[in-house]
Amino acid sequence: MKQYLLAMYQPVGPRPPAEFLEKVMAELGAIRAELEARDSWVFGNGLHDPDSATVLRASDGDVLMTDGPFAEGKEYLGGVTVIKAEDLDAALAWARRYAEATGLPIEVRPFLGEA
Amino acid sequence: MGGHDRAPDVDAVFRAEYGRAVAVLTGVFGDLDLAEDAVQEAFATAAERWPDTGVPPSPAGWIITTARNKAVDRLRREAARDTKHAQAHLLYPADHPPVEPAEEGPVRDDRLRLIFTCCHPALARASQVALTLRLLGGLTTAEVARAFLVSEATTAQRITRAKAKIRDARIPYRVPSDADLPDRLPPVLAVVYLVFNEGYAAGSGDRLTRDDLCAEAVRLGRLLAELMPDEPEVLGLLALMLLIQARRPSRTDADGALVLLADQDRTLWDRALIAEGQELVRRCLRRDRPGPYQIQAAVNAVHSDAATAGETDWRQIVALYDQHMRVAGSPVVALHRAVAVAEVDGPAAGLALVDGLDLDGYHLWHAVRADLLRRLGRTGEAAAAYDAAIARAENATERAFLERRRAALGADGG
Repeated sequence: MKQYLLAMYQPVGPRPPAEFLEKVMAELGAIRAELEARDSWVFGNGLHDPDSATVLRASDGDVLMTDGPFAEGKEYLGGVTVIKAEDLDAALAWARRYAEATGLPIEVRPFLGEA
Repeated sequence: MGGHDRAPDVDAVFRAEYGRAVAVLTGVFGDLDLAEDAVQEAFATAAERWPDTGVPPSPAGWIITTARNKAVDRLRREAARDTKHAQAHLLYPADHPPVEPAEEGPVRDDRLRLIFTCCHPALARASQVALTLRLLGGLTTAEVARAFLVSEATTAQRITRAKAKIRDARIPYRVPSDADLPDRLPPVLAVVYLVFNEGYAAGSGDRLTRDDLCAEAVRLGRLLAELMPDEPEVLGLLALMLLIQARRPSRTDADGALVLLADQDRTLWDRALIAEGQELVRRCLRRDRPGPYQIQAAVNAVHSDAATAGETDWRQIVALYDQHMRVAGSPVVALHRAVAVAEVDGPAAGLALVDGLDLDGYHLWHAVRADLLRRLGRTGEAAAAYDAAIARAENATERAFLERRRAALGADGG
């Protein structure tokens, strides 16, 4: 088995209405339950806004700290899920479910090594 | 293609069997690089020995056995040197031998697995094309680069990156299940047709390489048809390529200039290819599961049926494009349909349809408009449309053709 990161990208802007989010959250919960039932769930959660981020950079023996995200953009990392899957096709099938449930782009990346 | 320094015997075997040998070796060892290196070494050995010993009774078997031994030798050497390194090279770990997955479809040819891996939708189209030509066609990186007019460095990087992604992201080496085939077959067909079209667009690049590219696409098309005889779009694609290929001798004149379908010398058409293509179209019709490739093949079969351009059954072609619009409509299909409508109902009817299409960036849209305007006697507008087409055409032969047509408009066109 291999581990894959499913990274969800969100557009900057106002949050969608509550009833929409509730439906999305319910679907995400169902996908997670299925992943757990198949022993494919490793970890996953949504993230606070990029405004909540702090970036540290080491240079010349000093560590510089900045308030805010690593990079400003039109889209930001909104949440991550880590799954175990047999191969990329299996990982893509799960990612497709996340993309359909959230309407957001999902980036799939393999972790180094074996799970 | 595929090498210039091999004896003719070895070269013929190379063309016919390279892809199969790489596919089988990949199935055994789960590693594309190892499979490729071993097969190339086996052919190098063949080139040394066969001139003396003669070609063995089963050349493909000889190549595969020799390559397998070379791969095993290499793995042993690497294992002795660094066990971990050898392990890291494998797509699947050694304690997890590659087994036939249960969900695999009924066809079990290694080459089919290889082509679905090369054309996996997680790979960019340019990478799919380069990998397919390299691994299944046995083209060198330099040959792939030359055929697509990109630098050898770019091509090499594309191939390396795609192989690394196959390994690192673990793109599976298998034929998709029947349920996944509707999503997975179109990129395979698109890659083969792209190779064919690239070869067919004569004039740019190395001419000889381009002819070989068409031949390679037809070979891949035949392979797919042999391995997936129940997929009508696979048969449709092969039929389409054969019927277009049949017109190749008349498509350019002695100077290499483009000749329109209507002006071609039809006695030069390859009757054997036409017969084969038409038989495939009939097989598709019997299955009655139409798709874009089958319909385009049927259109070309109608052209092949006409002894002269004047005898072309344009009503039938309009009906086929109507069906194409229902099955997989697009502005480009609508443009082709408009050309056929102009033959049935006159250039004004065709022009009305063409003007309704949003294809300003497409040189053929302007070229079609120009021709219809010319036929309507609107010479000034035709000249402007030819200019627009010339500005957007990327192929030198096509550009030269359009320039001749524009010049032929005469003084009012100026």
